[in-house]
Amino acid sequence: MRHLSTFAAALLAALIVPGAALFAEDAGNGHGPEIKAQEWSFAPPFGHYDRAQLQRGYRVYKDICANCHSMRLLSYRNLGEPGGPEFSEKAVDVLASQAQITDGPDDKGQMFQRPGRASDRFRSPYPNDAAARAANNGALPPDLSVMAKARPGGPDYIYALLTGYVPPPEGFEMTQGMQYNKAFPGHQIAMPNPLVDGVIPYTDGTKPTVDNYARDVSAFLMWAAEPKLEERYKLGARIMIFLLVFAVIMYLSKRAVWARLHRRDHADAT
Amino acid sequence: MAHSSTYKPSTGIERWFDSRLPLPRMMHDQFMVFPTPRNLNYWWTFGGILSFMLAVQIVTGIVLAMHYVPTTEGAFDSIEKIMRDVNWGWLLRYAHAVGASMFFLAAYFHTFRGLYYGSYKAPREILWILGVLILLLMIATAFMGYSLVWGQMSFWAVTVITNLFSSLDTLIPGLGTTLVQWIWGGFSVGAPTLNRLFALHYLFPFIIAGVVILHIWALHIPGNNNPTGVDVKTPKDTVPFHPYYTIKDGFALVMFLILFGVLLFYAPNFLGHADNYIEANPLQTPPHIVPEWYFLPFYAILRAIPDKLLGVIGLIGGIGVLFFVPWLDTSRVRSTSYRPIYKWFFWLFVIDCVALGYLGAQAPEGWYLFFGRLCTFYYFAFFLIVMPVVGLIERPKKLPGSITQSVLGPDSKRPAEAPPPRTAATAGEGVA
Repeated sequence: MRHLSTFAAALLAALIVPGAALFAEDAGNGHGPEIKAQEWSFAPPFGHYDRAQLQRGYRVYKDICANCHSMRLLSYRNLGEPGGPEFSEKAVDVLASQAQITDGPDDKGQMFQRPGRASDRFRSPYPNDAAARAANNGALPPDLSVMAKARPGGPDYIYALLTGYVPPPEGFEMTQGMQYNKAFPGHQIAMPNPLVDGVIPYTDGTKPTVDNYARDVSAFLMWAAEPKLEERYKLGARIMIFLLVFAVIMYLSKRAVWARLHRRDHADAT
Repeated sequence: MAHSSTYKPSTGIERWFDSRLPLPRMMHDQFMVFPTPRNLNYWWTFGGILSFMLAVQIVTGIVLAMHYVPTTEGAFDSIEKIMRDVNWGWLLRYAHAVGASMFFLAAYFHTFRGLYYGSYKAPREILWILGVLILLLMIATAFMGYSLVWGQMSFWAVTVITNLFSSLDTLIPGLGTTLVQWIWGGFSVGAPTLNRLFALHYLFPFIIAGVVILHIWALHIPGNNNPTGVDVKTPKDTVPFHPYYTIKDGFALVMFLILFGVLLFYAPNFLGHADNYIEANPLQTPPHIVPEWYFLPFYAILRAIPDKLLGVIGLIGGIGVLFFVPWLDTSRVRSTSYRPIYKWFFWLFVIDCVALGYLGAQAPEGWYLFFGRLCTFYYFAFFLIVMPVVGLIERPKKLPGSITQSVLGPDSKRPAEAPPPRTAATAGEGVA
């Protein structure tokens, strides 16, 4: 009997030790390039979006990203909603009206162009995927609506990607028309480096650098993907406080109820 | 445990009801005064937690279904609409998604508890089999629910899993292919597939609820097992379910909800896969297709076996073998606490399941594949070799004379007919 349990213990050790070694190894090679975690104002559990940052991020998106990338799940009205960039109602109308939206058909059956309204979805740069590919050397610029949730690392990844354009290392073979990027899986990305220092003027005193552009637009895309984040944290805080208090009450009640049984046991024993 | 009814209808309306549909009598006998072993530990609280989680999933699911569009064009966008434009939609959707994970977490704890304490042994075989059936239905329901998101991982998970049936082609040529096309409603995963998965995903939880009722019924015939595995011998071994276990289960539920809340409010996508926020694209296969965490051990078993058909048999057998556990275990005692040899194998089995979960998330190559095979071998060896053999050769430790003795020590007096306590009597202290 004795040696059987020793055998079991040995089998257990044989399974755990290499398992742990595998785990350590995996942390090193991972599934893609390592993405460095950034500090964000919206980190849980008490974080919130930085309104000015989201407004700057929207500018970067609109002036740079929106030339090729759609954001079909968002509407201009979202820009004015609580928990987001919170542009004023007037500003939202202005931002919407800057886009020409195809509407129709009218009474004569014709489609027509009109300035955008707050209720319109963000205008897509191409009418369809085929047109987007044709204009981008065969590559399809992905929709950015939930991009910050659709890649491991989320906003950290987007920031790393936008600041990850460096010359390829010695001897790295590049395919025609591709760029080298530190953060992109496989390191070859079809998107040319979109950001250059000073290309978008900032009016709030923030330095117009690639690093700031990348940070701001990553935060903006995080909001676009998770517009109810602040509401979620706020409700979460209330519910967690409630549950913690409730847990204490339940624990004390449980003790009190079971004490009856213990008193009875004591009475029986004496 | 079956016991004579102590219900006394005290008002006219109660008497009127009692002679027509004695529902208040059943509630009183089965939930209020139901004699429950006095020594149940916190591992026994997951039954109540699971009932609660089933209710959470059904309630959130019904409201989500009011907004969800089960078409290939509309599915992904309708979920984003729920997240953005439906009042409290984000809460419903995240509660449902995280809730599925919490449901499985509780179900696995509940199952391991049953395994450890021998809760499947006579006279609780049917209770156990119904539990395994519920687990099987849960797996089917969660799989179908995941497909409804219609992200990349959803689509390719459905494609991979439904395609498993095509392995039947090696038995009868054409049988598997025909079956798969019948399941798909076409020649690939598409609109008809999504629509029927939605219909079945709505149906299954109610089947689960039905089997849960049978599960509770089967529990209430022999009554609860307990950590000693010793049968209830005198009324002193038990306490009425209410308030003793309503309050204990309630406290455990609140603790469980705290964990649920942390994930739901602060990391709702932590257990998910980023690829499922990319809309399904039949033309582009993701580099790694992995299921949700709760399926990873079974996925590891599937991939550890080099033959497709045998892999599928392994996958199904991984759950199926649980049905036979009451007869595979040859031990004379129920609780693993009194089984000095089996105890080691049991904990090795727990580690084995966790290891399979880890390996299920890795690419099946090199050492991962080797360990995947080793763990798969032990998974089945535990049920088919360890359970029958160890039970025969092992000499169990001495069991306590009764549940009361296990709690209060062997020299405690046992007044045979002391009624279950209803009110506080005298001062003193005992065991928590």
